[in-house]
Amino acid sequence: MSRLSIITKGIIKENPTFVLLLGMCPTLGTTTSAINGMGMGLATTAVLFLSNMFISLLAGLIPAKVRIPAYIVIIASFVTLVQLVMQAYMSSLYETLGLFIPLIVVNCIVLGRAEAFASKNGVLDSGLDGIGMGLGFTCSLTLLGLVREILGSGSAFGYKFIDGDGILIFVLAPGAFIALGYLIVLFNKFRSKVLK
Amino acid sequence: MAKESSFKNMVLTLTIVCLVTSAFLAVAYSVTKDPIEAANKAKINNAIAGVLPEFDNNPSDDVFMVESEGKQIKVYPASKDGKTVGYAVESFTNKGFGGTIVLMVGFEADGKIFNTSVISHAETPGLGDKMQQSKSDFSLQFNGKNPADFNLSVKKDGGDVDAITASTITSRAFCDAVATAYKVFEKIKEDKK
Amino acid sequence: MEYILIIISAVFVNNILLSQFLGICPFLGVSNKVSTAVGMSGAVCFVMAVATMLTYLLHYFILVPLGITFMQTVSFIVVIASVVQMVEIILKKISPSLYQALGIFLPLITTNCAVLGVAILVVSKEFSFGGEAHMLNLVESVWYAVSTALGFGLAMTLFAGLREQLELSSVPKDFRGVPIALVTAGILAMAFMGFAGLV
Repeated sequence: MSRLSIITKGIIKENPTFVLLLGMCPTLGTTTSAINGMGMGLATTAVLFLSNMFISLLAGLIPAKVRIPAYIVIIASFVTLVQLVMQAYMSSLYETLGLFIPLIVVNCIVLGRAEAFASKNGVLDSGLDGIGMGLGFTCSLTLLGLVREILGSGSAFGYKFIDGDGILIFVLAPGAFIALGYLIVLFNKFRSKVLK
Repeated sequence: MAKESSFKNMVLTLTIVCLVTSAFLAVAYSVTKDPIEAANKAKINNAIAGVLPEFDNNPSDDVFMVESEGKQIKVYPASKDGKTVGYAVESFTNKGFGGTIVLMVGFEADGKIFNTSVISHAETPGLGDKMQQSKSDFSLQFNGKNPADFNLSVKKDGGDVDAITASTITSRAFCDAVATAYKVFEKIKEDKK
Repeated sequence: MEYILIIISAVFVNNILLSQFLGICPFLGVSNKVSTAVGMSGAVCFVMAVATMLTYLLHYFILVPLGITFMQTVSFIVVIASVVQMVEIILKKISPSLYQALGIFLPLITTNCAVLGVAILVVSKEFSFGGEAHMLNLVESVWYAVSTALGFGLAMTLFAGLREQLELSSVPKDFRGVPIALVTAGILAMAFMGFAGLV
């Protein structure tokens, strides 16, 4: 597999959100606007990149039976690192995303990539895989956030283009489920066209 | 590929992983500690500067506490050329839809509300969070009003405040926090006499 | 009174699945049949109560006194993973029948973000149930965890029932499986919004 395809496969072919259906909690919980979705996606990308590289480096040294606990501890510490950095330099975004930042630890994408890719591949490829998967996740979250923001508050990336409110239900919990359901259908239509 | 597992190397690996990550995080913590504090301080200072008329002192150096209805409230006095120009009151309420709302309310010396700013909240995005000035003009209606002749409750309850559509609870809570701030302001005025 | 308000709040008003978006993976993954949904909820309830109790004690008696609350995420996830392992071993020894019912769900719970989410929430956020907002004490925290798990169970079971019905109805090809399940969940969440303002 070429290096470029390692990065791009996460965006369409193996999109973590729309195709693999992983990491649904932050996907639904943080996408009240495009910016929030993007922030969450990038925070996850940072953790994915760091933990993938590190785990591929250490995979040979960790006994098979305790590899999952060891991976979780490594992932958790990178999450804490991202958490501290965000608190220091992006405190308003950190407050908006709140609980979902520490919860990156239990995002199935991160542990899933560590187990399925990083433990079997080289450091560079694992890093690229982390970036690719992270970008796929970021794109999906931004897209879902954008759709919910346009429908729900009549704005895009914070710029308002209609007066008054949108269809409020889309920024609330039910709208998250419904918008994601429709996006998955549309994405898979598009994906099957592209892959043909 | 992964090594054979024996009891000894399993325990050893986990211990080493835990120790190394703890040390790593301790370093990261000590490096980010000061910027985090600075960020929090800057947030309060920005809020103070945004809710008060022009001043030339450093209000967060002169902060004092006032007790009102069992709540401990922080007050930041602002002055220009030695004369008090207003007070920024860090008020809060527990009556929000999602819990506590913390507000910074700025009063001019005569009791008029100069401006307000939301410091932290857990209101519903798209509904209750419209109390923030970046999201809607709801809180601007308080500016320039003196709570002495402006009834701080929503119109539904017989007051003078236009509530946010579909967020009456948040609007009530916002009024409650502003009212608390005004009580604190009155208390300061009385103590001064 | 407060305990009643906690349970109403956690089950209906702030349902962990339908309004907080925690624990969505098992919600979509193992909700095809009512019986598996009930089994999963039972296991979550058990683990959540034990894990919340331990992380609460860990937070207030070790992390806070030592001033190392930044280790919260790491230490909590280690505690939860160990609790899941221990519950598995203990259940196997003392109640093989219960183990058979819950066993297959246990490994999945480590990565159920509802468990870690509740553990972090009870030590980081003030709650108000009718009265003044305050940090929860140990008993309230465990009670909150149990209530949350009941809310999880209620939403899971209702949803599994709906999905069993969906199997029998004709759904457009592209919507089959997860998409129609998500739209259904959205409608269920809308129904739960009716409870808003109850507490």
